[in-house]
Amino acid sequence: MAAAAPGGASTSSRIYRGNVLRLIGPSWVIIGIFLLIPVILTVVYSFLTKEFRGGVQWTPTLAAYDQFFFDRGLFGDEPPRIEWTYLGIFWRSVWQAASATLLCLVIGFPTAWFIATRDPRQRATWLFMITIPYWVNLLIRTVSMKFLIRDEGPLNSLLMWTGITDAPLGLINTNFAVQLGLFYSYLPFMVLPIYAAVERYDFSLSEAAADLYSGMWTTLRLVILPTVRPGIIAGCILVFIPSLGAFLAPDLLGGAKTFMIGSLIEEQFKGAAGNWPFGSAVATILMTIIMAVLLVYARAQGKESK
Amino acid sequence: MALKIDLRRFPGFFPIALLCLVVLYAPLVVVSVYSFNASASITRWEGFSLAWYVDVFTGPESPKFRQAAINSLIIAVLAAAGATLIAIAAAVAMFRTGRFKGRTLSFALINLPLMVPEIVTAVASLIFFSSIGLGGGLTTILLAHITFCIPFAYLPIAARMQGLSDSYEQAAMDLYATPWQAFRLVLLPLLLPGVMSGYLLAFIISLDDFLITNFVKGAGIETLPTAIFGAVKQGIRPNIMAISTLMLVVSVIFVTLSWWAGRSGKSKA
Repeated sequence: MAAAAPGGASTSSRIYRGNVLRLIGPSWVIIGIFLLIPVILTVVYSFLTKEFRGGVQWTPTLAAYDQFFFDRGLFGDEPPRIEWTYLGIFWRSVWQAASATLLCLVIGFPTAWFIATRDPRQRATWLFMITIPYWVNLLIRTVSMKFLIRDEGPLNSLLMWTGITDAPLGLINTNFAVQLGLFYSYLPFMVLPIYAAVERYDFSLSEAAADLYSGMWTTLRLVILPTVRPGIIAGCILVFIPSLGAFLAPDLLGGAKTFMIGSLIEEQFKGAAGNWPFGSAVATILMTIIMAVLLVYARAQGKESK
Repeated sequence: MALKIDLRRFPGFFPIALLCLVVLYAPLVVVSVYSFNASASITRWEGFSLAWYVDVFTGPESPKFRQAAINSLIIAVLAAAGATLIAIAAAVAMFRTGRFKGRTLSFALINLPLMVPEIVTAVASLIFFSSIGLGGGLTTILLAHITFCIPFAYLPIAARMQGLSDSYEQAAMDLYATPWQAFRLVLLPLLLPGVMSGYLLAFIISLDDFLITNFVKGAGIETLPTAIFGAVKQGIRPNIMAISTLMLVVSVIFVTLSWWAGRSGKSKA
C-alpha cells in the first residue's frame, strides 16, 4: 500500500516546482469534495434528528447514539439500560472479522512461506495465481462461493456421491460460511505482506538455530515468526479492517443470524429502517474503531523502527 | 545445499498452498462449468450447451443486462481516465517539485479512499450527493468512482516515477524545452507503462464496485454488479452464471494486461 511513501531519492527533483498547485490541486479538490467532506458530513449527520423515511432535520441531538447504547423501553420513558442489540452486532462483527483473519493467517502463512521459498520464476507464477481471483468482481466471487457451498450445490453433491457424508453439510447461512466468504475476499492481503517479509528473511538465522540443535518447529516459533512478524501484523490488519465493514459476504452467505455492521448500516439507508442519523452514527463508530486499530498499529510500527 | 533445502521446507506447507489454490479457484471454475449446463436447473448437469450465453444476449432479461453493461463500461472508461489524469498530475507534484508544503498531507489525502471502509464511503457519498441535491444517475456514480479510483491509478504511476531519474528531463530543459514540453515529450513516454498499468487497475476497480454504486446510483439506473445483485436476490439462475463467467474472463484479461504492462516497463528501464 505504501509503495510510494513520502521521502526517498526522487524528492530532490524540482523540475515542475512552479506548477505544484496546478498539479496537486485536482486530487485535493476531488478527494476533498467527494470523500473528505462527505465523511465529515456523515459525522455531522449522526448528531442530527431523523426525518421519517430518510433524510434529516437540522436539529442537533444525541438520539442516534442514545439509541445505539441505551434501551429506554418501548415508549422511551423507562430508566435507561444498556442496549445489547447493536453492541451484540458489533461484537459479532469483530468476532467474525477476527475469525476470518485467523483463517487467512493459518492458510496464508504456509502459502506465503511456500511461495517465497520457490525459485524466482515459480514465485512470480504462484503470486500471479494467488492474486488473479482477487481481481475478479467481488460480487461474482461471493455468489460463486454461495453456489458452491449451498445445500444442493456441487460441494455437497460431491461429498455425498463419494460417500464422505450422507447429508448436506448445511454450510450456508452459518458463521463459518461468512468467514469462508471473507477469507475468499481478502486472502491476498494476508499472503502478499507475509510473502514480502519471508522473502527478506535471512536463512542463516535458521542455520544458526539448527546448529544449536533447534528443531524446525522450534525454529519456526522462536526465530522465524518473530522475524517476519511485521509482515504478519500488516497482513492481519489488511484482512481485519475490510472484513469488519464487509457487506456482501454476510449478506449473501450468512442469514439473519449472521447480521454484521455493514448490513446494519445498509439497512438504515437502503432498507426499511430509514434512519439516516442512526446509520451515520453506526458508520462513525465503525470508523472510530478502525482509526483506533490503525493508530495502535502506526504507534507500534514507529516504536519497532526506532 | 541439502541442509539449506531442509531448512526452507516445512512438512504440510505445500499441501496447504495447494489447498489455498483449490479454495480460490473452485467456486469460479464450478460456476464457469455450470454456465454451460443445458438444464434450466442449477443443480443437475444435463450436457454441454451455449443456451445461457444466447439467453444473456437475446433472452427476456437481455435488454436490462445490456443497458447495465453499457453503463458499467461508460463509467469504468471515464472514471479510470479521470482518475489516471489526476493521478499523473499528483505523482508529478509528489516526485518532481521538491519538498513542498503539505506534501505529507497530500500523500494521506491521495490514500484516503483506501483507508475509509467501503461501507462508510458509500454512506458518506449518499449523504453528500443527496444534500447537494444530486439524486443519482451516471454523473453521480462517475464522480464517486473517480474519487475511489485515484489511489489505484496513483500507486503504479508513483512506483514508476520513483524509479525514474530526472536527468532526461534536465537534459531537455538544458536544450530550452519548457517544463510542459519536458513533461509531454520526455517524462510522459517514460511513464507510460505505469500509466497503462494504473489505468487498467482503476478500470477493474470501477467495474468491480458494487457497494458504493448501489448507494449513490438512485432509482432506475443499474450497473452490471447492481443488476446482478438484484437478480441474485431472486435466486441464482443459469444466465447469471453465464454473465459472471463473461465478467470473470474480462477481469482476467485486464489484470493480465495490467501485469504485463507493468512488467514490460520494468524490464526496459
